[in-house]
Amino acid sequence: MSKTTEQVRQSLAKRYRAEKRFRAFGIASIAFGLLALLLLFTDIIGKGHTAFFEHYIQMEVTFDADTLGIDDATNQDQLNFANYDGVIRNALRERFPQVQSRGQKRELYSLISTGAGYPLRDMLASHPALLGQTRTLWLLADDDVDQYFKADRQGREDSRLTPEQKAWLTSLDDNGQVKKEFNASFFTSGDSREPELAGIWGAVCGSFFTMLVTLLLSFPIGVAAAIYLEEFAPRNRFTDFIEVNINNLAAVPSIIFGLLGLAIFIGLFGMPRSVPLVGGIVLTLMTLPTIIISSRAAIKAVPPSIREAAMGLGASPMQVVLHHVMPLAMPGMLTGAIIGMAQALGETAPLLMIGMVAFIVDVPAGPVDPATVLPVQIYLWADSPEQSFVALTSAAIMVLLAFLIAMNTLAVFLRKRLERRW
Amino acid sequence: MDNASTLNKGQQVRRAANPLQAEGKPPMSNEHPYPEKTVGAPFVDDPKMRMRDVDVFYGDKQAIHGVSLDIGKNEVVALIGPSGCGKSTFLRSLNRMNDTIDICRVSGSLHLEEQDLYDPKMDVVELRARVGMVFQKPNPFPKSIYDNVAYGPRLHGLANKKYDLDEIVETSLRKAGLWEEVKDRLHQPGTGLSGGQQQRLCIARTIAVSPEVVLMDEPCSALDPIATAKIEELIAELSESYTIAIVTHSMQQAARVSQRTAYFHLGHLVEMNDTDTVFTKPQHSLTEAYITGRFG
Ligand SMILES: Nc1ncnc2c1ncn2[C@@H]1O[C@H](COP(=O)(O)OP(=O)(O)O)[C@@H](O)[C@H]1O
Ligand SMILES: [Mg+2]
Repeated sequence: MSKTTEQVRQSLAKRYRAEKRFRAFGIASIAFGLLALLLLFTDIIGKGHTAFFEHYIQMEVTFDADTLGIDDATNQDQLNFANYDGVIRNALRERFPQVQSRGQKRELYSLISTGAGYPLRDMLASHPALLGQTRTLWLLADDDVDQYFKADRQGREDSRLTPEQKAWLTSLDDNGQVKKEFNASFFTSGDSREPELAGIWGAVCGSFFTMLVTLLLSFPIGVAAAIYLEEFAPRNRFTDFIEVNINNLAAVPSIIFGLLGLAIFIGLFGMPRSVPLVGGIVLTLMTLPTIIISSRAAIKAVPPSIREAAMGLGASPMQVVLHHVMPLAMPGMLTGAIIGMAQALGETAPLLMIGMVAFIVDVPAGPVDPATVLPVQIYLWADSPEQSFVALTSAAIMVLLAFLIAMNTLAVFLRKRLERRW
Repeated sequence: MDNASTLNKGQQVRRAANPLQAEGKPPMSNEHPYPEKTVGAPFVDDPKMRMRDVDVFYGDKQAIHGVSLDIGKNEVVALIGPSGCGKSTFLRSLNRMNDTIDICRVSGSLHLEEQDLYDPKMDVVELRARVGMVFQKPNPFPKSIYDNVAYGPRLHGLANKKYDLDEIVETSLRKAGLWEEVKDRLHQPGTGLSGGQQQRLCIARTIAVSPEVVLMDEPCSALDPIATAKIEELIAELSESYTIAIVTHSMQQAARVSQRTAYFHLGHLVEMNDTDTVFTKPQHSLTEAYITGRFG
């Protein structure tokens, strides 16, 4: 064997070892990433899954006209001011006639959620004939009760409930008067001070409208800016200056954009506080640099030969852009937009500045209704003292992640549709 | 030689800028003086395109020095010369493709028949419809074969009905000698064709707008010999209805396809004559040196 062959062989062995090391390193990094993700998910799902169920207590409720304080169940005003809590209390007292003292009564009443009366109102509104009748109904339990039933043995002992309350609940449970149900209201209602009534829908809608405004503003503006800078702008000091500043903007802390939004959109232009429209505009400012930078990269990647071909056939610069550059760069531009939108979706700080952190119960119906957004909702719940909000926080994180996954899936789908692999 | 006197004056000024000396190299030899003006017969009667004293600059750097030549009707003119001598630059100034390069500046007089190409009133879109271009690297659009050919006619509104467009696409592909190969796959991507087919597709795309002049910049340099032969055949056929200017690296190709040949050297047009004359009896020593393979 010649000397060269021997040398080549040795260097080859070295090279293979290096390649192996490199691959092992890559796999280790990915495994680490996946592990972190897995931990995150287990933790969140472990904590949050209980929030998707809640407990109901069965009661014999009499729609007593005197207690309700109404005489006409078709009158909206009367329905709105009727004392539904009163009939629920009556039902509780009837179920546990031995409870006499005021303190004990208060403890008894607190087993049922303060929001349990709303369904009664709706029932009465749709069936006025119920007035004066008795029905067996499932009433939403208070969050402490809910926690008690969800807890294990140790958790039940540590519960905030008094021994009497625990005894009553055991009695109800033994009678089959307690049930666990899917927490649909979590997905349909807005925020509430009561954990068992609080829902994510308000924040989902707020996030949706905010994202909509952000997308509608930032994508066209970002793409137009990128196209202008790449295809039309002369190369001079001024455009260099713009370029540097776009890159700088991408690094500005997001809370600065919030301050800007507060000072300009709310202070100067008098736009309302706490609304998705202003939130969307602020997040647009934040998202624009990302979209511009990635769109420019996508435009740069379009082969110049395609531009020449079109130009050689007599296409105007605008036609070259519309017919050739845009379609070819679109997948890359979309990716940039999605990355920007995903950042914007998780952004809290600038929205705090423009008042989207307010406690808002109503589900927003449009971009100018006061609203909060998912990450702010998470922040608010994580900050709440009630034990039940821990699960709600995790559940809200799951919803945020689902929102994110949905957005990314849509982006991947769009990319696949638009990408030309030829 | 209609404006030989102005030509001479222009050349005199540039005399000092003999590029061989400017680059610090000695002249090839004493018998290789740089020409004061183009030797041979760069001009013809009643030309299709008439270029006089064309200078092209990239920023401060001059790439073309006072080139004057004519391209006759329905003739194939070959532009040859060592690489970097400005063949592409000159060709691209004939349909103002250089406009797309910010730093590029063209001066001199360039006419397509009676029209001044660089007249501010000249419409570039119209010019490029009349003077088409085929590029070095086949560059079909990432669209179907049909859409590639139909792009130009659609752009210029040449066909209002689907039927007319179909016809244009078919005749163009037939002229480009590609119809038989692709007629069953018109709606498949043009980029799926072989290199030679792609280049013929690009030629079909160019002639679909019925240009008067077709500029080709080394159309075969990326192709294998068989594909090259096909394109050369095609050029011969096309010259019956079009005027063609072709830049080529291969002297054999120039000899095979062209009626007249122009030899460029470092941005100067050294010699232009009948192709036969250029290759058999070159009048300038630089031309001779190039065609005998002494440099290139
Ligand atoms: N876009 C450009 N910017 C600056 N200089 C250029 C550009 N294109 C070509 N040149 C220069 O012009 C000269 C002629 O180039 P070119 O016309 O491409 O030569 P050829 O096609 O004969 O090989 C070369 O020196 C080249 O470096
Ligand atoms: Mg070239």
